Amino acid sequence: MAAERNIEQAGKMKQSLDSEGRGLQYEENLLWEKKRNDEPAVDLEPLRHIPLRTGQDERGNIGLPQVSEPQVVRHFVRLSTWNYSIDHGFFPLGSCTMKHNPRINEKLARLPGLAHIHPFQPEQTVQGALELMYNLQNYLAELTALPAVCLSPAAGAHGELAGMMTIRRAHEAKGNTQKKIVLIPDSAHGTNPATAVMCGYDVRTISTKETGRLTVAAFKEALTMTDPNGADIAGMMVTNPNTCGLFETEILDIADLLHEAGGYFYCDGANFNALVGKIRPGDFGVDVMHINLHKTFSTPHGGGGPGSGPICVTEELAPYQPVPVVVKIAGGYHLQTQDDQPESLGKMRGFHGQFGMHIRALSYMLSHGSDGLQEVAEGAVLNANYILSQLQDVYHVPYEGPCMHECMITDKLQKGESKEDDVTTLDIAKTLTEYGFHPMTVYFPLVLPGTMLIEPTETESKDSIDRFIGVMRHVADEVKAGNTDQFHEFPLSTPRRRLDEVKAARQPVLRWSEDMAQL
Amino acid sequence: MTNTALKYTKAHEVVRVEDGDVAVLGITEYAQDALGDIVFVELPDVGATFSKGDDFAVVESVKTAAEVYTPVSGEIVAVNDRLSDEPEAIKISYEEGWIAKIKMSSSDELEELMDKDAYDKYISELD
Repeated sequence: MAAERNIEQAGKMKQSLDSEGRGLQYEENLLWEKKRNDEPAVDLEPLRHIPLRTGQDERGNIGLPQVSEPQVVRHFVRLSTWNYSIDHGFFPLGSCTMKHNPRINEKLARLPGLAHIHPFQPEQTVQGALELMYNLQNYLAELTALPAVCLSPAAGAHGELAGMMTIRRAHEAKGNTQKKIVLIPDSAHGTNPATAVMCGYDVRTISTKETGRLTVAAFKEALTMTDPNGADIAGMMVTNPNTCGLFETEILDIADLLHEAGGYFYCDGANFNALVGKIRPGDFGVDVMHINLHKTFSTPHGGGGPGSGPICVTEELAPYQPVPVVVKIAGGYHLQTQDDQPESLGKMRGFHGQFGMHIRALSYMLSHGSDGLQEVAEGAVLNANYILSQLQDVYHVPYEGPCMHECMITDKLQKGESKEDDVTTLDIAKTLTEYGFHPMTVYFPLVLPGTMLIEPTETESKDSIDRFIGVMRHVADEVKAGNTDQFHEFPLSTPRRRLDEVKAARQPVLRWSEDMAQL
Repeated sequence: MTNTALKYTKAHEVVRVEDGDVAVLGITEYAQDALGDIVFVELPDVGATFSKGDDFAVVESVKTAAEVYTPVSGEIVAVNDRLSDEPEAIKISYEEGWIAKIKMSSSDELEELMDKDAYDKYISELD
């Protein structure tokens, strides 16, 4: 009997070994799928018996997985090995600015005096934190030439919403009820039109397809389509440099025309890394801009931490922006409330924003200095142009360079004789994962088919950029030689190969259930 | 009815006129190819009215979500409910994968659209 039990036991062990994987490659189950039994994995005092208000007196097992602390730690460490982050390697995701997060930011954000304060503390006990936020506001104002800064928006899209709500509030205060349309170029991030619609505006698209840039002619046509003076135009949302990686060269004239029509210019700050320290958006006519601290100022993002999307606005719009804003008063610093700023659109968030990100962004600014921030923009633009120069003979470049901090190519030259032979943008992205790179942004911007948007950032070495260029040129060469089949199969060496994106979109499974464990 | 009776737009919508003043709206094969696998179609409400150029439906693929514009003004009189459960049906054929039928307020608007030859020439010159 004992021998049989041992064999049975050994069989189970073998099974469990196989399900856990071999070597250091783990197939990781969900916590819910971990072994469960009635015995709690943690020793706790028995629950004190308190009758429920509903009159029911029974408390059943709510079915939490019973796993011990080491099991939980291993679970998340194993999952983390499946992840790809900026700390693993090159991450050229366009319009995302996946730059290195300097560790000094982390060191400062962990100082106990900053890390352990609480938003409910009385103002006089957190004067140092308020001073830090005040300084950050001032630096952002200096860099954008937009004097009023509100730090509270939680991320980029939230900043956009805060900015457009500020514009709407200003129009309401002026009684501009006829202003119902927001102009947006077709290369915009999808969040731009979504934001305008959430603010109750209709969106009118400006075509940039011809040259990849806004032109005065196309802008005028959109401005005056339904009113000869553009009296129905509330504003314009533009990213500069735009999502094709090009600087909007006619932006000054366009901003003047918009202002003459009584509209406000919202600038999406996603691509500020190309300009920081070099030119100031307020100088090219911007009225409101959000800043992604998590892009330009190196605070972690993309699964690494919360974003932070402060907005910077003109003096004229300052009364309408959200509260709180840190102000200097006699004897210290103060977080303004709606009482201090009655025309403000109000609070958009509990408390005052992602304070931990404010610390990191300020640390980044101070450790670079004003000259260092200029070099950031220069390095970012140089690296993108280097990539463009090394790929332009083998990939289709729809809009001629030089580019700014990112470059755009398409898969047009990788088309085969029949559709099955095409090596598409998706195939190229999957090939990059096989070679250990995070892909670039794919199928965006939407102005042309099969676009790839490559943003190397200033923090990459020439070596890592050259390896990326090497893979991209290898793909182009192989396709030219007719060896296309391999690219439809990649990736081969990742924990998961090509996922069925169509099935995932058509039949999403959003909740785990017991019977799924068998799948 | 042959393909030559269909009318086309620069935004790759296709129109077929039925019963005099009812136009059947869909998207062209070129648009379907550009979008890739279709995963969702948002249909308009029957009875909704649209002006020429308004977006009346949304076609979502794994790559993007695209608005579909009506080339003619009028009132929606029918929608292809099959697309709600089976968005991929949009690709089977124009007869099966139509999106909506619109009762035109002015059939003059059809005059501005392209015929098959003009549309084929137009897409051959794209990109």
